[in-house]
Amino acid sequence: MTTVLAAEAGDSTARNLTLTLFLVFVAVTLAITVWASRQTKTATDFYAGGRSFSGFQNGMAIGGDYMSAASFLGIAGLIALYGYDGFLYSIGFLVAWLVALLLVAELLRNSGRYTMADVLAFRMRQRPVRTAAAASTITVSIFYLLAQMVGAGALVALLLGIKPGTTFLGLDADAAKIATIIMVGALMVTYVTVGGMKGTTYVQIVKAFLLMGGAVVMTLLVLAKYKFNLSGLLGDAADASGKGAAFLEPGLRYGVETPGDALKTFYSKLDLLSLGVALVLGTAGLPHILIRFYTVPTAKAARKSVLWAIGIIGTFYLLTLALGFGAAALVGSEAITAQDRAGNTAAPQLAEALGVDFLGGELGGATLLAVIAAVAFATILAVVAGLTLASSSSLAHDFYANVVKNGTASERQEVAVARISALVIGAISIVLSIFAQNLNVAFLVALAFAVAASGNLPAILYSLFWRRFNTNGAVWAIYGGLFAAVFLVFFSPVVSGSPTAMFPDQDWQWFPLSNPGLLSIPFGFLCGWFGTVISKEHDDQRYAELEVRSLTGAGAH
Amino acid sequence: MSTDTPASAPADSAAERYLAVQRSAEFAALRCALRGFVFPMAVAFFLWYALYVVLSAYARDFMGTKIVGNINVALVFGLLQFASTFLIAWLYSRYAARRIDPVADRIRAEIGEVNHDHGPRG
Repeated sequence: MTTVLAAEAGDSTARNLTLTLFLVFVAVTLAITVWASRQTKTATDFYAGGRSFSGFQNGMAIGGDYMSAASFLGIAGLIALYGYDGFLYSIGFLVAWLVALLLVAELLRNSGRYTMADVLAFRMRQRPVRTAAAASTITVSIFYLLAQMVGAGALVALLLGIKPGTTFLGLDADAAKIATIIMVGALMVTYVTVGGMKGTTYVQIVKAFLLMGGAVVMTLLVLAKYKFNLSGLLGDAADASGKGAAFLEPGLRYGVETPGDALKTFYSKLDLLSLGVALVLGTAGLPHILIRFYTVPTAKAARKSVLWAIGIIGTFYLLTLALGFGAAALVGSEAITAQDRAGNTAAPQLAEALGVDFLGGELGGATLLAVIAAVAFATILAVVAGLTLASSSSLAHDFYANVVKNGTASERQEVAVARISALVIGAISIVLSIFAQNLNVAFLVALAFAVAASGNLPAILYSLFWRRFNTNGAVWAIYGGLFAAVFLVFFSPVVSGSPTAMFPDQDWQWFPLSNPGLLSIPFGFLCGWFGTVISKEHDDQRYAELEVRSLTGAGAH
Repeated sequence: MSTDTPASAPADSAAERYLAVQRSAEFAALRCALRGFVFPMAVAFFLWYALYVVLSAYARDFMGTKIVGNINVALVFGLLQFASTFLIAWLYSRYAARRIDPVADRIRAEIGEVNHDHGPRG
């Protein structure tokens, strides 16, 4: 059985097919984008897709927005290498949707218009709150963007099988990385500037179907191989991992126990709790997720979108369980780490192995590998487009229109600024990603979740549910949570002072946890409370309007 | 384009109206129906999830107990998190359709379409 990705015989077939399928995806999505641009006339069209999507469509788009390469390739890889702990990660990603469903989605849809800050600034002084919200939105989105784009660069060399010393289309591995980062950046800017929210949404819907299709097919093949005996699959995965029963239990990746070092064990377990809290509370504070609730006509449709999203995301994470353990059993950790130490190629390698088994030898393997590799690229594109849209919307609507222009900008000006912002944010992300391409920036996804949970979520919940909350409190919550999370991570082992850090040769680390959430989230809530009580401002009339509108949908945009 | 700046409200009447609605018994019942479901449920699922994470960190032997074949407590507990998420989502959608939506629709109709401070589009 072939276990090395893009094995010599199928090498060029797989590459060409991957490239062809990917170009087809790009062509189709660009066509949709151009079509969407003709339907995009008003600011509501650009920011919110004309609020014309159904709950089902938006649910799929949320899935497409949320299930990043980090979840598809990352979680499958985590499970393949560390077993159970990858599953633990995906549970946090799913349960998080209950916060959005119960506390945020409908109320936000009813009272906001285009951005997260519409709700935060509803009863506050506009400029300070919108400035803070724009700063936080752009920080979270750029962190997330960098992780995705650097990941895309690293993946392309692996998925196209460009080994050191060889070239593809005249590019060696390093040049291919940079070319990919630029291409991904150019495409995401195109989707957003040309197609706006409508174009982006359709790209995300198409991607969601491709990703689900790919995952379902692979899962069925894995299960068919084990005659639908889950216990047999788990047993094989555990045996192949060389770690035995421990592979099926928590503790190989998170909360690792170091015998003889009680302090290290203690911190490692706290770190697991910290990660868990940030995952579950972060989702409902991610700006690119929140703006998706504005694309449907009513709060009921927003509720339906979240229900569909929970369905598709939950199903997907159940499938990654089969993919991860399947890769562990059928590909083996040695073959996976030979391709990529972080395990990101586990799912494509599994596709190749399954193709060889079920679809007739090398050619079948090359075909399935190519399909899954193309799906992985589609996944990255849909997510980065959503992030670019969220940050450029906030820059234009919150910062330009309401802070710089004090609410006097015309709709046309605002959308023009949003398009330029997308270009600028795209350019900045490309440059930063190229600088960061050889650094380990995978932690930025967890950091984005931590910032969202520490700054945005307290501000949103206080805004919606606490009568006394005011401008000062909102500003304190957002900046407090944002700075606490970034500050702690800067001094954590993911940035310096450990061999897997972003700067492995430097050491200014003193904070023992990789995930700041356990401290920064309560700190954000505390800041919001403290900032509120030290200021006398409160506007009962505006709160009455916010509360009535958010609960009933009266006067909703 | 102004977005909901307090100054742009056309008259005090709209603001007064919202204040009156907020103080009405019908709205208090709606708020109570919503908060009475979502707050306890949010606390419940968070504690249930926290229990899972804490057990994963500190009760490794318990989580590693095998139930059937290679299926252990950790896996079943994880799958139960999926099941509880789906269940709570379903319960909420049923509850909202029965207890929230009709009241919200009625209050919205009473407020009418005229009392807001922005244009017809958007």
